[in-house]
Amino acid sequence: MPINTTHSLLIIAVIAVVTFLTRALPFLIFHGDKPLPKLLVYLGRVLSGATMGMLLVYCFRNTTVTTWPFALPEIIATAVVVGTYLWKKNILISVGLGTALYMVLVQVVFK
Amino acid sequence: MTHRSVFKNRISLLGKALKAAFPITLPVLAGYLVLGFGFGLLLNSKGYGPQWALLMCLLTYSGSMQYAACDLLASGASLISCAVITLIINARHLFYGLSLLTRYKNMGKAKPYLMFGLTDETFSLTVSNDVPNGQSPRYFYFAITLLDQIYWIIGGLIGNIFGTLVPLNTKGVDFSMTALFIVIVLSNLLKKKTRLSSVIGLACAMICLVIFGPENFLIPSMVVRAVVLIAARPLITKVIGDEREDAADPAPVSNKEEARCDAD
Repeated sequence: MPINTTHSLLIIAVIAVVTFLTRALPFLIFHGDKPLPKLLVYLGRVLSGATMGMLLVYCFRNTTVTTWPFALPEIIATAVVVGTYLWKKNILISVGLGTALYMVLVQVVFK
Repeated sequence: MTHRSVFKNRISLLGKALKAAFPITLPVLAGYLVLGFGFGLLLNSKGYGPQWALLMCLLTYSGSMQYAACDLLASGASLISCAVITLIINARHLFYGLSLLTRYKNMGKAKPYLMFGLTDETFSLTVSNDVPNGQSPRYFYFAITLLDQIYWIIGGLIGNIFGTLVPLNTKGVDFSMTALFIVIVLSNLLKKKTRLSSVIGLACAMICLVIFGPENFLIPSMVVRAVVLIAARPLITKVIGDEREDAADPAPVSNKEEARCDAD
């Protein structure tokens, strides 16, 4: 454990509370009777997709393409994830294969 | 009725609801065992044992967030940045709640737990399945939510214990989170309704990453994305179609939000 127990517990508590808030707030603010503001309905349709795109970039934030191995493990593993998903449309197969391949690449091939 | 018979009645209602809910939750069973396993393993690789996996699966119960939490724990992130990242990752849940306002009315004592357990998968099961005849909606939705969380806990525990028992070089296991988001974004790109918003999210984040650097780009990209989405609303609405078209979908989903079967 890189940090002490108290800090770890606090991090988990913060994450748990904020997560619960995001799930509970709509029920606390709105009641099913009135129609929702149109802007909210619109945001509900587009925000989720946009967030996922943003988080994907977040996952790659520390990947460097300018020095060896020029992000090759990431590029190869990403290609396999994309390829297998287009082929099989199965999340678990793609995530499993992609992760296993990436581990082999960073541990064995591009040491 | 005496207290005892009230209790017995509740147990039998819950038993019936669990039986009706179980077959519906099977796809989530498979998904959560595998994704939970990945989370447990990742958490273990950061030096946190099964009691931590159990605690997080019990209290947080959020797939992608628990993957990100491993990173936050390992880097000893500040509580403020934990709150911000949780908000960013889980803000989509705000909209799940909005589309369940009517369905989750009159849920009584079960409601706090239903709100707590509203993951992507539970949401998609809830909006795409009608309550079977003779079932109490309250017990039925409670059973779906409870079963899903039990699968998630089991997956997380098995993964974590596996990581302890099998001495494994876990370098690179972090890529599981990246792979998960690649698949989610890809499946969104393949759907007409989410294609444009995904591209906007990707583009805003990439531009902000170049300008603000890897440590500070999340908040600016959140703001830029919101501005772009709101400013381009007429155009986007035109491209993705009106929400009334969603309602006219032949799918058994009576909701504005489409049923998401993506991984959380």
